[in-house]
Amino acid sequence: MSKYETVIGLEVHVELATNTKIFCGCSTSFGAPANTQTCPICLGHPGVLPVLNKQAVNFAMKAAMALNCQVAEDTKFDRKNYFYPDSPKAYQISQFDKPIGEHGWIDIEVDGETKRIGITRLHLEEDAGKLNHDGDDSLVDFNRVGVPLIEIVSEPDLRSPKEAKAYLEKIKSIIQYTGVSDVKMEEGSLRCDANISLRPVGEEKFGTKTELKNLNSFRNVERALEFEEVRQAEVLDDGEKVVQQTLRWSEEQNTIKIMRSKEEAHDYRYFPEPDLVSLHIDEAWKQAIQAELPELPDQRIAKYKSEFGLPAYDAGVLTSTRALADFFEDTVAKGADPKLAANWLLSEVLGFLNNQGLELKDTLLTSAHLAEMITLIQKGTISSKIAKDVLKEVLVTGKKPAAIVEEKGWVQISDEGAIKAAVVEVLDANPKIVEELKSGRDKVIGFLVGQVMKATKGKANPQLVNQLIRQEVNQ
Amino acid sequence: MSIREIHRQLAKKERKVTEIVEESLTKIKEVQPEIGAFLAINEEGAREAAKKLEQKLSTTLERGLLAAIPAGVKDNLCTEGITTTCASQLLANYQPIYNATAVEKLLASDAIIVGKTNMDEFAMGSSNENSGFHPVKNPWDVTRVPGGSSGGSAAAVASGAVTFALGSDTGGSIRQPAAFCGIVGLKPTYGRVSRFGLVAFASSLDQIGPITQTVEDAAYVLQTISGHDELDSTSVNKEVPDYLSALTGDIKGLKVAVPREMLGEGIDPGVKEQVEKAVKQLEELGAHISEVSLPNLEYAVATYYILAPAEASSNLARFDGIRYGVRQGKNLLDIYEQTRSQGFGAEVKRRIMLGTYALSSGYYDAYYLKAQKARTLIKQDFDNIFAEYDVIVGPTVPTTAYRIGEKISDPLTMYMDDLCTIPMNLAGLPAISVPAGLAQGLPVGLQIIGKAFAEETVLRVAHAYEQAAGRLELPALGGVRA
Repeated sequence: MSKYETVIGLEVHVELATNTKIFCGCSTSFGAPANTQTCPICLGHPGVLPVLNKQAVNFAMKAAMALNCQVAEDTKFDRKNYFYPDSPKAYQISQFDKPIGEHGWIDIEVDGETKRIGITRLHLEEDAGKLNHDGDDSLVDFNRVGVPLIEIVSEPDLRSPKEAKAYLEKIKSIIQYTGVSDVKMEEGSLRCDANISLRPVGEEKFGTKTELKNLNSFRNVERALEFEEVRQAEVLDDGEKVVQQTLRWSEEQNTIKIMRSKEEAHDYRYFPEPDLVSLHIDEAWKQAIQAELPELPDQRIAKYKSEFGLPAYDAGVLTSTRALADFFEDTVAKGADPKLAANWLLSEVLGFLNNQGLELKDTLLTSAHLAEMITLIQKGTISSKIAKDVLKEVLVTGKKPAAIVEEKGWVQISDEGAIKAAVVEVLDANPKIVEELKSGRDKVIGFLVGQVMKATKGKANPQLVNQLIRQEVNQ
Repeated sequence: MSIREIHRQLAKKERKVTEIVEESLTKIKEVQPEIGAFLAINEEGAREAAKKLEQKLSTTLERGLLAAIPAGVKDNLCTEGITTTCASQLLANYQPIYNATAVEKLLASDAIIVGKTNMDEFAMGSSNENSGFHPVKNPWDVTRVPGGSSGGSAAAVASGAVTFALGSDTGGSIRQPAAFCGIVGLKPTYGRVSRFGLVAFASSLDQIGPITQTVEDAAYVLQTISGHDELDSTSVNKEVPDYLSALTGDIKGLKVAVPREMLGEGIDPGVKEQVEKAVKQLEELGAHISEVSLPNLEYAVATYYILAPAEASSNLARFDGIRYGVRQGKNLLDIYEQTRSQGFGAEVKRRIMLGTYALSSGYYDAYYLKAQKARTLIKQDFDNIFAEYDVIVGPTVPTTAYRIGEKISDPLTMYMDDLCTIPMNLAGLPAISVPAGLAQGLPVGLQIIGKAFAEETVLRVAHAYEQAAGRLELPALGGVRA
């Protein structure tokens, strides 16, 4: 047991998936050639003015509501002034004292315990450009400048790197459900900075914090925090003081580096953006956005457990992405048994996807396909074993399960006469085992069933096979 | 010659568009060496536009409101393909890739842009001595300043080189040079004219407006450039009235307020006399005159010199030598330092430093926030007056044009000269300066201030006064007219 308590707060930046940038009409799509998605406005040419993109406001409101924030009635934008080549106006239009959302929270689950983490604020701002360093030269790509961002600031409620990771995963999941961002860390549409400090257990006053930047994957968030947690503990153990500074995680070297000290901290000289009018969000607007909010993962987990009787783990995995949860619910809505649907999705479908490195949307499988296939199993038309092959076919070809079964002649043989011949043949060929079965070693029946299945190329109805073997043996 | 007169000549085919434009170009070249009103002459562009318009007018009777009218555009308004320097060395080579909305509207109404006019660098100054290229001289007396910051626009109009020019007014930059040069200058209500394409000095105060020889011409130009613009969130979506039909000459029963603070200490006796005469003239036209008080007026200059530099410090930060403009230096920090210290002039640097200071952490509340509160009080002063009166009348400037070099080393005195013009920017109100005779041979400006979006009233009063008092003739170049 450590003598220190770790205190972590996260600042999460999420790029909103609007069609156009926050203050001009340029496209926001990812991966276009450098500086092709720019105009005089986002390039900060002399004389240009920003005009607020309403879709960005709607998306920010939606995210704020999903994170249980109070949405401001009156909000405004401010200028954050700093010189850097990624900022063409030399200020970022952001929100200072009147963020669009405040006082939110989310629940996270760590080691089976549920914990509520506060969200201080959620504000709307514009993204900066991207610098590409090339030897002595630096090139700047302004495609990203002006892409709308929300910054989500947590309360210092997180007590371990593990909790920090769980919080970040939960934020990602919730935002992804709302559909306002594709939240991809690898494409930079989800970014995370962390503040971390240590204090003696029982102490109320926070210790001196450091800020960690460049945490570009979930794994790095956890690793960098673990690294810094140990470092700070060592500093304190040596009787020294933690220095307030901004640190950068170096993935290659698995260590942290100093970016700047407190003395070098910026004075951003915030002041209200005079080029934009303040924004009033009335009740009707809020209600319209509220109505668009989908059912979020926590609500769905509860429903899956109570209505469908699924285990907590399964419910958790099924709700890990909105696409999977929606797919599951659609399958059930089309008549499939919920437990069977869950089992097939979690084992066979996810197994296939992980194996192939694909996402559900990359395959030709639809919820109608899966429901149809499960119905075929339930009706005894195909065996579960055959169903696995059917599923693979569907994933790849997009054909209907019934059509595949028909085409391949995979219909389960439930005709007693046809199976009986095979059963008799197998029993005749294995007299010793038949004797064992007769003498009460019941588990050897599995072998016999297997032989019959093999002889019928898997098409025999296994229950019927089982039944017929017993009939024959007991005669 | 007025817009109406030029259009009469066009209609009667007494003059061709090309002749009108050629005359303007000739006049520009004639006066430029003496006055220095222009930073760029759009010779080829103007000729080409004139030819095109000539052709168009030969096939159609439809003609824009400003057809064939030679216009000057202040060099802080973006003109596609024509250098837009803001009279700064830093932007000496900058060619915008788009037109300001006001410029687009001029072109759409068939005006001919003949040149870009000189100004105080980034519109910071009241004398045009802060141009990064060369000062502008007053056509009434070339040893005197034309006022600023739209000094080039005012001198271009007063010298007869153009029929009108666009200016921008952040603290008096249209009205004060109009007063000093004996012509008309109108600052519209904040939000009446789109600021898109106006290189920002202080975004919450800047407004584009016309500088003209007559009040009627000001109505023509305002009609053209007004209106909501989707590209400017602060432009107001309000119908544009017919300004020309507002010029009835009738101001009977109009309630006129004269603030005693504008005629008090520090005002030149000659200016005071002319303004009082003008007020009497209004009374003779049937207006009711009352003396009123604007108690918070004394805070206007201090308030302005916190807020305007604060906004400017941020607005001018983009001029860093990275993407456009004249770059100096090698590595990043060097580029920032060299570009800005060599590119900006002394007054611009002074204001950037003032504004940066006022916004700095620890000083924000004492300066910026307090100034915002003072701004609200000043607005309330106006609201109180306008609850009872139709217009406020006073001098535009407490003095007439002073000598070049006289005040340049004393910025505080020069700042105080803006006392009568700054409050209207802080309150966002429309105000016009019309010539009100001469004091010691130099023009005096009468300022008429209206309620927000009451440009019609302001123009009506100015026009009635102009008709009654008689227009001031344009000066003969080079010397003082007795």
